[in-house]
Amino acid sequence: MMKRDDCLKALARHITDADIVLPVYSTAFDWIAIRPHPLNYLSHGAMGLASSHGLGLALGRPDKRVIVLDGDGSLLMNLGTLVTIGEVAPPNLFHFVCENGCYEANGGHPIPGRAAVDFAGFARAAGYRAVHAFSDLKIFEQQIGAILAEPGPIFIDLKIESSGPQERDYSRIHGAQAREAFREALMSGR
Amino acid sequence: MQQHAGAEGHGLVGSRIIGEITASGIEFVVSVPDITTSEGLLRPLAQLKTPRLIRVCKEDEGIGICAGLAYCGRRALLLIQHTGLLDSINAIRGVAVEYSLPICMMVGLLQKEPDVAPRRSKRYGVRIVEPILEAMDVPYHEIEGDADIPKIRSAIEDAYAGSHPVVLLIGRRPS
Repeated sequence: MMKRDDCLKALARHITDADIVLPVYSTAFDWIAIRPHPLNYLSHGAMGLASSHGLGLALGRPDKRVIVLDGDGSLLMNLGTLVTIGEVAPPNLFHFVCENGCYEANGGHPIPGRAAVDFAGFARAAGYRAVHAFSDLKIFEQQIGAILAEPGPIFIDLKIESSGPQERDYSRIHGAQAREAFREALMSGR
Repeated sequence: MQQHAGAEGHGLVGSRIIGEITASGIEFVVSVPDITTSEGLLRPLAQLKTPRLIRVCKEDEGIGICAGLAYCGRRALLLIQHTGLLDSINAIRGVAVEYSLPICMMVGLLQKEPDVAPRRSKRYGVRIVEPILEAMDVPYHEIEGDADIPKIRSAIEDAYAGSHPVVLLIGRRPS
């Protein structure tokens, strides 16, 4: 098992100023603390839709890498997205799931199928070009740079510890300021 | 809130609707199949290179995809059935309404009787569509006859100009 913070720090070392990153829920707060950037796309509007927003961004901006940092509870709410992404097959989409086995933002309750669900297996069967699963931080650190250099869509399952129930201020995530900053950064070509 | 009564009687020509869609600058059609629009719209759209058809598994996925495209300045149309609209209410609430995004939806009214206003349909699922959209402050337009087809382009242009969602209700099967 890995700690989410450690994984995100390792990932952040390979993210460029041109990349779009879509982190969800608790991961979003950790990510914007590690890597604040206007091309962080924080407002997904409804649970489970981050990867769908990501697919739209990947189609709309094929010149940019789009990095989705999904949650396991979120992904369970929109499993069809795996099939859609598998069919559309955008080469610039990288879909991570932070698998901690619980709804961390909603009280820490376990997800259905905890420890039995095979997210990487779902993605493989749905047609992602490549699928990876990591539970060892050192191996993840060694391989993530090369994975992000490959054509997508690629699915990366990160087996992480739960950080425990979280109380966060979501007004920053859902606020108009974050969306406007993203829009301006994207349109200005950053 | 805008509301328009459908024209009576004159049927709908699918090719004219598709012409309005393309003239509106729509580059992507995102769809879950709907029997009302299956033959007259979706099947011919699937043959076109532009707009590009993206087939999705569930309608709320399409809300997210259209949102991502909107941020990129790319126009999209979500082509679904009214049951899918009802299933996607939370996504429409959160993404389209609360974030003020131009999510354009073309919605087939499954089993609505021709020339009957949606809220006068015998079908409960059809009757509730317009009141729900009004409660959500989502503008909509009835597309019942060929005289209504020019509404499509102006509704899409208005949605993008004002950055707000719009729903185009297809009241009968286009030819």
